[in-house]
Amino acid sequence: MFDFLDGYDLLGAFWLTVQLTFWSALGSLVWGTLLAAMRVGPVPLMRAFGTAYVTIVRNIPLTVIIVFTSLGLFQTLGVSLGADRFTTINFRLAVLGLTAYTSAFVCEALRSGINTVPLGQVEAARAIGLSFPQTLRIVVLPQAFRSVVGPLANVLIALTKNTTVAAAIGVAEAALLMREMIENEAQLILISAIFAFGFICLTLPTGLLLGRLARKVAVKR
Amino acid sequence: MPVPEGRVTDEGDALVVLRRVDKHFGSLHVLQAVDLTIRRGEVVVVIGPSGSGKSTLCRAINRLETIDGGEIRIDGRPLPAEGKELAGLRADVGMVFQSFNLFAHKTVLENVTLGQVKVRKKDRRTAEERARALLDRVGVAAQADKYPAQLSGGQQQRVAIARALAMDPKVMLFDEPTSALDPEMINEVLEVMQQLAREGMTMVVVTHEMGFARSAADRVVFMADGRIVEETTPEEFFGNPRSARARDFLSKILHH
Ligand SMILES: Nc1ncnc2c1ncn2[C@@H]1O[C@H](COP(=O)(O)OP(=O)(O)O)[C@@H](O)[C@H]1O
Ligand SMILES: [Mg+2]
Repeated sequence: MFDFLDGYDLLGAFWLTVQLTFWSALGSLVWGTLLAAMRVGPVPLMRAFGTAYVTIVRNIPLTVIIVFTSLGLFQTLGVSLGADRFTTINFRLAVLGLTAYTSAFVCEALRSGINTVPLGQVEAARAIGLSFPQTLRIVVLPQAFRSVVGPLANVLIALTKNTTVAAAIGVAEAALLMREMIENEAQLILISAIFAFGFICLTLPTGLLLGRLARKVAVKR
Repeated sequence: MPVPEGRVTDEGDALVVLRRVDKHFGSLHVLQAVDLTIRRGEVVVVIGPSGSGKSTLCRAINRLETIDGGEIRIDGRPLPAEGKELAGLRADVGMVFQSFNLFAHKTVLENVTLGQVKVRKKDRRTAEERARALLDRVGVAAQADKYPAQLSGGQQQRVAIARALAMDPKVMLFDEPTSALDPEMINEVLEVMQQLAREGMTMVVVTHEMGFARSAADRVVFMADGRIVEETTPEEFFGNPRSARARDFLSKILHH
């Protein structure tokens, strides 16, 4: 029944999906946190930048962003992100695009977490002489992160599924392989089911684990 | 009036000086040309109706609020505007809030250690030793490893006092430190403050606790509508208030 799978590197494709997800998650956690810091910070120019970034990026379809990294950044501007093999270049461009996009959502999730930290604690931190970056790093962000593990899990699950857009610039992740298989084999429904199952295997444990983590790290007030 | 031992009452020894300080919130004139001098070792109780600007006055002294006019000097130096210098000043001015404001994700010990390590750059061991000594002094040593939410309000406020003291401040500001407490916990906090006062700490205390004002204050400052209306000894103020505003206010808080 599963003979048609012969000759296709199913695991390899999903492994690439995992790698795309991992690096993009890492990137957007860092960039999203910086954006959130800018948006709540005291410097007007940074606030304006953070706000503009989130507003613009959230409203552009991911496909457009991913295609832009390839057509705009690479083919027009020659940005190859330090790689020379085509597949590596495309992989890195996809991570860049996914990071740029997902960061906006991480930023907004985190900002809602920052809003749960009582202002009084921020004032107490300033009153003992902590600087703004120290207050953010030591007092605000740790509590903000703990309160948004759930929403961040949703962002991560969305990101995992969004990696399929990388197929648009030829990254050989799961969705690209699925398209190829559907073109070549007759088992349309079975193939779709297999890939759906593959994604559920990736996202379901993420949701469960992070859900448990969310309850564990919640700050008691 | 006898001068309590250890208190310096020399006019020249001013620690906190406010000169014609003005503050607006929009069209609201919250502090109106406020003049106030606090000498080293002095305990000043600030009293007045709600909305009269007492909190704003405290917050202006460690620049949690900026001022629109006038001048504030601490230990002879004007308040720095921004950055490292300002953070340094804030570390020298301890503040205790009505709502405790302990860091909820840190243990009691970490709350009292944090500033010493991050601001005063002490090593962790020294900071922890000092933190434990201070927690012992305010009577919550046994709670060192708990989180703030596991403590009673009175205990939390005493930890907050220890956290402020850990910075070795030159002056301590208390903004209604017992107003959020259940009645049975008020005394344990007031006792800690009494002891601080006896040890010669310079203190500005916003409170309506007459008992504390009578026994610990060198001076009572009565505020109304953003102005200092009366400034005198506790005996004078409670026994023989001069302004109609003060008489009116006292009759309200004494007969409720
Ligand atoms: N951040 C703020 N923005 C606008 N108005 C404020 C702010 N903080 C305080 N006020 C107003 O300033 C006045 C004085 O407030 P406050 O200093 O807190 O008085 P008190 O501590 O004596 O009750 C009040 O009318 C209050 O509503
Ligand atoms: Mg107040």
